[in-house]
Amino acid sequence: MALKHQTPMLDELEKGPWPSFVSDIKKVAARKPMAEDLLGVLELSYKEKEGHWKHGGIVGVFGYGGGVIGRYCDRPDLFPNVAHFHTMRVNQPASKFYTTDVLRKICDIWEAKGSGLTNMHGSTGDIILLGTTTDQLEPIFYELTHELGMDLGGSGSNLRTPEGCVGKARCEWSCIDTQDIIYDLTMTFQDELHRPAFPYKFKFKCSGCPNDCVAAIARSDCSIIGTWRDDIRIDQEAVRAYIGGDFLPHAGGHESTKRALDIQAEVIDLCPTHCMEWDGKNLKIDNKNCVRCMHCITIMPRALRPGVDTGATILCGAKAPILEGAQLSSVIIPFIKMEAPYDEFKDFVDKLWNYWMEHGKNRERLGELIQRQGLGAFLKACEITPDPRMINTPRFNPYIFYDPADVPGGWEHDPKAFRERHQA
Amino acid sequence: MSDEKERIVEWMKQQKKSKQYFNDVCKAVPELNMRQAKKFINELVAEGKLKYWSSGSTTMYMLPSEGDVAKEEEGMA
Ligand code: SF4
Ligand code: SF4
Repeated sequence: MALKHQTPMLDELEKGPWPSFVSDIKKVAARKPMAEDLLGVLELSYKEKEGHWKHGGIVGVFGYGGGVIGRYCDRPDLFPNVAHFHTMRVNQPASKFYTTDVLRKICDIWEAKGSGLTNMHGSTGDIILLGTTTDQLEPIFYELTHELGMDLGGSGSNLRTPEGCVGKARCEWSCIDTQDIIYDLTMTFQDELHRPAFPYKFKFKCSGCPNDCVAAIARSDCSIIGTWRDDIRIDQEAVRAYIGGDFLPHAGGHESTKRALDIQAEVIDLCPTHCMEWDGKNLKIDNKNCVRCMHCITIMPRALRPGVDTGATILCGAKAPILEGAQLSSVIIPFIKMEAPYDEFKDFVDKLWNYWMEHGKNRERLGELIQRQGLGAFLKACEITPDPRMINTPRFNPYIFYDPADVPGGWEHDPKAFRERHQA
Repeated sequence: MSDEKERIVEWMKQQKKSKQYFNDVCKAVPELNMRQAKKFINELVAEGKLKYWSSGSTTMYMLPSEGDVAKEEEGMA
């Protein structure tokens, strides 16, 4: 079927070797006028190098401050079917485990009441339903909640939908139960998810091990990353088998032909703290100096495994560049057991939010507030003792200011007398 | 309506801008901390006396007289 709008520039995007979103939208456009006009407005934007969307508005479902993002096209004369094209965010199940039945039902709802276009998944992890009109918002919400047992996710100055890696469900490296943690946080913090009262967005992301498959360290204001505090478990027999070429390195993730592993070049020399040694027969690890980077475990999964005294490291302050540049999270709690019902963690979150809500400026992420006021102020507010592990390279960052009240015995500082001794 | 809620609505009416950040709305009840203030603001939303406005990344609060869905859509249509 010929489409309503000519899209020569978009058509170019169908020519490469990769799957094309243009082809996908065209498929839907054959039956949905909304998708047809979406192609039209996109072509116009490419031509004029100017956007034609207006984001934001008061549309939403009753009582919820998030989950719906109002969107309007500023050329409804040309593209009447996308004059209103609101986005809905649906809270994905922990670790994104669905039944096909649920996926079908979501698609059916969206086919009937929306554009039929979805984005699986948005960067928060939510299922993104793209494009519907205001009158459909409540009916869609009703069906999602009553028929599928699903809820809207976070948007705006809310807690955003918490997200976790696949965790113990499928991954032997997971040191914590990421699914349970994410489910528990989602249920505990419903008010924060749906009723916005933060200075800006706030994200929790949880990875089961330092491989950090959900990129918690780069994308979340509070990153929960699984780790262990005892020793890496070593099966020496299996180490020798890798060297003998019996097992594929990386479990065959990068190659399919068996070969001998060069343990010196591929493992020992790449250990960031040089804490490993191979004596020709046995692999030794100085676990005190291991920084849990996962490199050796990832390359020899049959031989090495995380320890058994597991828990998580809590890091805070990651964000993408808006104010300031992009920032990774910093270690705040080096080790926490992270066992249900996670009270110790939730107490910390409570203090963290109180601090950010009281001191954060409008549209200031937690990481920016910490940068503005200093890590010391944040630690004090959260009642956490400073620790060298919070500093990237402690030996290169020796400037630590102590508060006399925090040091046993304290001291008196007489600025006048000091100035007399140091006049310049 | 409780005294706190009345003061919040009054404060909203006095502002020049129609949309207010949460932090600023809390200035109407300075004796409360943010989380206490949130309780009253939530109630006002539930009662339809305040409305959310969201850009997608940030949320603001409005009086219902300022934020009308029909008007918003008309402005665009
Ligand atoms: S982050 Fe670690 S535990 Fe989670 S899926 Fe990735 S490798 Fe597995
Ligand atoms: S996990 Fe990383 S730091 Fe620890 S021993 Fe292995 S390679 Fe070295």
